[in-house]
Amino acid sequence: MNISEHLQSAVIIGTGHSGVQAAETLRESGWTGRIVLLGEEQHAPYQRPPLSKDYLDLDKAAGPLPLRAPSFFEEHRIELRLGVRVESIDRAARSVRLSGREQVPFSKLVIATGASNRALDIPGSALSGIVGLKSLDDAGNLRELLGPAWNIVVVGAGFIGLEFASAARAMGKNVTVLEFADRPMSRALSPAMGDFFARHHVDAGINLRLSEGIASFLGDEDGNVATAVSTSGSQYAADLVVVGVGVVPNTGLARAAGLPVDNGIVVDHDLRTEDPDIYAVGDCASFPSPTGTGRIRLESVQNSTDQAKHAAGQIAGGADARYEPVPWFWSIQGGVRLQIAGLSSPGNETVLRGDPGSGKFSVFCFDGEVLTAVESVNRPGDHVAARKLLGRVLAVTPEQCGDTAFDLKSQSNALALTG
Amino acid sequence: MITATFNNYIGGAELVKMEQGVSIMKAAILNGVGNIVGECGGQAMCATCHVIVRPEHREQLPPLSEDEDEMLDCAATARAEGSRLGCQLKAGEHFSTIEVDLPETQ
Ligand SMILES: Cc1cc2nc3c(=O)[nH]c(=O)nc-3n(C[C@H](O)[C@H](O)[C@H](O)COP(=O)(O)OP(=O)(O)OC[C@H]3O[C@@H](n4cnc5c(N)ncnc54)[C@H](O)[C@@H]3O)c2cc1C
Ligand code: FES
Repeated sequence: MNISEHLQSAVIIGTGHSGVQAAETLRESGWTGRIVLLGEEQHAPYQRPPLSKDYLDLDKAAGPLPLRAPSFFEEHRIELRLGVRVESIDRAARSVRLSGREQVPFSKLVIATGASNRALDIPGSALSGIVGLKSLDDAGNLRELLGPAWNIVVVGAGFIGLEFASAARAMGKNVTVLEFADRPMSRALSPAMGDFFARHHVDAGINLRLSEGIASFLGDEDGNVATAVSTSGSQYAADLVVVGVGVVPNTGLARAAGLPVDNGIVVDHDLRTEDPDIYAVGDCASFPSPTGTGRIRLESVQNSTDQAKHAAGQIAGGADARYEPVPWFWSIQGGVRLQIAGLSSPGNETVLRGDPGSGKFSVFCFDGEVLTAVESVNRPGDHVAARKLLGRVLAVTPEQCGDTAFDLKSQSNALALTG
Repeated sequence: MITATFNNYIGGAELVKMEQGVSIMKAAILNGVGNIVGECGGQAMCATCHVIVRPEHREQLPPLSEDEDEMLDCAATARAEGSRLGCQLKAGEHFSTIEVDLPETQ
């Protein structure tokens, strides 16, 4: 190790999926300098997706799924510091300042601060019993409130809200979901898929109120929430309210340091900000759309880990591969397994493969001739094929996708072999 | 005592004690075995918990579900005889002792 390498220090802000992955990939790509991983949460790094799924099962002991073994950080010479909040980035001095005023110098900085739940700003939203679900602490709190709760209102029919609603309904709770849009998960799913899930949740006994937002909450004399009042004036009894109305990226540090922000910290194809020594990855990063128009910001495990790997590879050795992964995502709602590969756009044409009535089908989304995304319900084979087909021009035609007799698997394997 | 032995592709072996109900994927992460990722948190959605079960331990295991079977086609290292998703195999429920090989990449 030469002296300049010894003085090199990579600092990562955030101990979530992307921060931990960035640290690991840095070390594995041959970075010999210090790696300092800073996170404000007290808990050892853990996986978030189970928090709205398995973790809500009150019959099972609560235990988070760690992202890595406790010994991992020491073995990889990663200086993991929990319970420390970064207050500011000083670009001129090349250091970050922690809550206790301590300065940590960096030669490379990775911002992996994730996103925060969007708060409701309506009358009554400060009553107790109105909660969000983002962190392990939130999930622990929710587990405690869930047991005794009977009437539950979920605000927002997004992925997390509906995963929670299904889990609560499966426990026999009385669950109402209020959604401002006319379909659930409408930002992310095709209309056909959104309609399928709407039916599924209604059949499961969830009171799914579409085109009906939240207007206010009324409390009891102890300051606990008691009623949710919707935009149509209807009142729903509520002893627990879970708010899932989306997130806002944690861009404050970057903005204060003069880095451009546009619905996320602005980065280039290599996840680099305007400052060549500062990268941003994961839920907080706004990157150039792979299809060439505008910027996108994704909230998924795949996106966080793949971006972190790419950025860390750049920092450690300037790997020259382009960042162009196939995005994928999943959700489990009341036993229904949804898998999404690719990214669709609102105007895409869609083709059904299989019958939604059978509970096993996929929606293939096309932009002209180009397959952009595949949403699958209980058809894992379509999802796997989609991951191999996406990004290839003329891989399959809409007619082929709609024909269940067409052998999608062989087609995808043949194309995958051609590289 | 329930145990799992992990053989990594460069020839090292690691014996891990497991608690009832814990999956092979979770045991590998908790014990820092390495080379198991578990990106989807154990939902049979990612195939980054791929293990190859040694022949003498295969019989006791439940058959592959459609999900597990299809997702194994997505594994970074091509599937082989005995390939399983580590998140779907639970201590006590499916085995009391097991030995697996870890693929080179997940
Ligand atoms: C309940 C839930 C369920 C989900 N389910 C799925 C799913 O099924 N599939 C899927 O693909 N994705 C899912 N996601 C999304 C996925 O978890 C996120 O995309 C992923 O966690 C993003 O990783 P990240 O590292 O960018 O951010 P995060 O994991 O949010 O980590 C950011 C960390 O940075 C810390 N931090 C922020 N600011 C500072 C500061 N100034 N100083 C120090 N630390 C700071 C935060 O406290 C946090 O710990 C789910 C998310 C949630 C909340
Ligand atoms: S952990 Fe994802 S498939 Fe097993």
